[in-house]
Amino acid sequence: MSKRVGIEVSLAVAEAVKLADADVVAAYPITPQTHIVEHLSELVADGELDAAYIPVESEHSAMSSCIGSSAAGARTFTATSSQGLALMNEMIFIAPVLRTPVILAIANRALSAPINIWNDHSDIMSVRDAGWICLFAENGQEAVDMTLAAFRIGEDPQVSLPVSVNIDGFTLSHFIEPILLPDKAEVDRFLPPFKPVIKLDIAQPISVGLLAPPESYTEARKATDDALLASKAVVKKAFDEYEAVFGRRYQVVESYRVEDAETVIVAMGSIAETASIAIDEMREAGQKVGLVRLRLWRPFPAEELAAALSAAKNVAVIDRHMVLGVDNGPLGLEVKSLLYDAPNRPRVFNYVLGLGGRDVTRDDFRDIAARVSSSQGVQTRYEIVGVLA
Amino acid sequence: MRAADVPFEKVTAKNFPKGPDSLASGHRACQGCGEVLALRLLLKALGTEFIAVSATGCMEVCTGPFPQSAWRMPWIHVAFENAAAVASGVESAVKVLRRKGRGPDKRIPVVAVAGDGGTADIGLQALSGALERGHEDFVYICLDNEAYMNTGIQRSSATPFGANTTTSPVGSKSRGQYSWKKNMPAIAAAHGVPYVATANPAFHLDLMNKIRRAVAIPGPAYLHVYAPCPTGWRMKPELAVESGRLAVSTRIFPLYEVLDGRYVINRKVDNPAPLTDYFKVQGRFKHLGEKDVAYITERVNQEYDKLVKLSEAFPV
Repeated sequence: MSKRVGIEVSLAVAEAVKLADADVVAAYPITPQTHIVEHLSELVADGELDAAYIPVESEHSAMSSCIGSSAAGARTFTATSSQGLALMNEMIFIAPVLRTPVILAIANRALSAPINIWNDHSDIMSVRDAGWICLFAENGQEAVDMTLAAFRIGEDPQVSLPVSVNIDGFTLSHFIEPILLPDKAEVDRFLPPFKPVIKLDIAQPISVGLLAPPESYTEARKATDDALLASKAVVKKAFDEYEAVFGRRYQVVESYRVEDAETVIVAMGSIAETASIAIDEMREAGQKVGLVRLRLWRPFPAEELAAALSAAKNVAVIDRHMVLGVDNGPLGLEVKSLLYDAPNRPRVFNYVLGLGGRDVTRDDFRDIAARVSSSQGVQTRYEIVGVLA
Repeated sequence: MRAADVPFEKVTAKNFPKGPDSLASGHRACQGCGEVLALRLLLKALGTEFIAVSATGCMEVCTGPFPQSAWRMPWIHVAFENAAAVASGVESAVKVLRRKGRGPDKRIPVVAVAGDGGTADIGLQALSGALERGHEDFVYICLDNEAYMNTGIQRSSATPFGANTTTSPVGSKSRGQYSWKKNMPAIAAAHGVPYVATANPAFHLDLMNKIRRAVAIPGPAYLHVYAPCPTGWRMKPELAVESGRLAVSTRIFPLYEVLDGRYVINRKVDNPAPLTDYFKVQGRFKHLGEKDVAYITERVNQEYDKLVKLSEAFPV
């Protein structure tokens, strides 16, 4: 039976990694991710987790070591944030094509400059097209559940891709929440032992990471993209089985009060919980608003999102990252592109908020709904909510 | 056990490893390449029961491309600057899987191979981290051809003083490389690892025994291998081995080992050959005048004397 505990979310994520029996953790400290790997190093030091903890000298080496470890057949985990993810960048693009299913928890944090340690999604958005499966958690329970699901999804022989579990820095990572921690027997029913597809093995030597000339480079990229796109079905199956074992139901796209909604807000991460409360309040006041939340960001759940937005007249997309030099944020661009061919094309509005840890409140969502309903035409460029003039 | 006392099976002319090379023929190295010669001998000494990790560079490029591979043992290449970090991950994984009964129940050495740029410049941080962490079955080989040859002969911090490269060109205001060669073996030894050695394919048995010893000694080991590059050094392809001999007899690349911080000079050179013998066969040095050679000779002798003093002060 799962045990209900009051625990800091970062520590709970580390406990999930322990329950998954990770073999190798290679990590470098960075705020606000540090508590995850601190707790993992404690678990290893106390003999509670039989793993190698490699205290590497940089995030670049963290991901390099993780790729090596995963290729050698070990269940491998690391965590980072912001500049750490940026320093890993080169390796982030290599892990998917080498098909090493490394699991990475990202305590999402703003990218420099200016330096800022607080939460937004600019770190993950800067590597969104690298080939990783990207999951977003809304609260502490989901952070634990997505971490366990990540191992199951990434290591599936049909997938064999790295997975990032995105947890809003501080807003989630540093909060103490009531969390149901699964017990080991349940986890073992859900998560089979890691059977790597590729493995550095002296009995069957293979070469990993050979130079690909023009004759094979495109094919290697395509093979990775095919696997990434096909992984959506595996994600759904893993969520179904997660429900069967743990009783909690997850979907790649989740809708809240969208029936008859004229305006639908689209969001990811912890602010979706705030948005859902604002929606309850607006509904009580008679406003027809709803919420769609993406749990899966890559592979992009196009069909599911299009279905969820099919009846909306207005779509208000929330981005927690500003793409410089373009009129929409990453999620805004994705939704606009998705709905271009929709039979009943809704108006799409894009709002950027909550950058660098700026608080996001229910008022912000009421403000957004009001802006949408008072707008007569189309929005030509994203608007920033709560910016000083 | 002291590093010097760790037993290992010596390679001799009589028991030279039999069987096919661990690095298959048919690779695409340049004619007369001293680097691939060194690599082939090193791998031959190891057999195939180890895992190789390559940095991006000449040896990585010339042993492919997909779908061909010259590596007969499990091999991985990830990027340029991180061979030591990738090898750290592989080494840790192999040990954990053995402990948990999911891997072969024996030691499997992990051998990282990189060039001088991948070691002394862009890979120095990753290497330092790996040496400091003390990975037990970790050997790092720097194949030093003294410039970025794969990208077209650009200078690295391991390029020798005075050498003409495409980014340390000789000009009206330049005499070629203006800085002294970075002392990588000293940097490796400063980490307090149990084994550091220099080697040279012109002394092939010495080279092969050093990798055998590096693998036998528990703890990280660093091998710095002279890798003559006819293409980049503007040298006739048949002179790679000859330049290796001259590198030792002129003292410009001494052969020595550092075992638990104690120094052994493997080839003592009491009466060095003149450096002009070494320089004259390499086009990269052809602009050097008498004053340049005198300066280099003085510094080379100084560095050699330091080694002699270290070996006297801290004998094995």
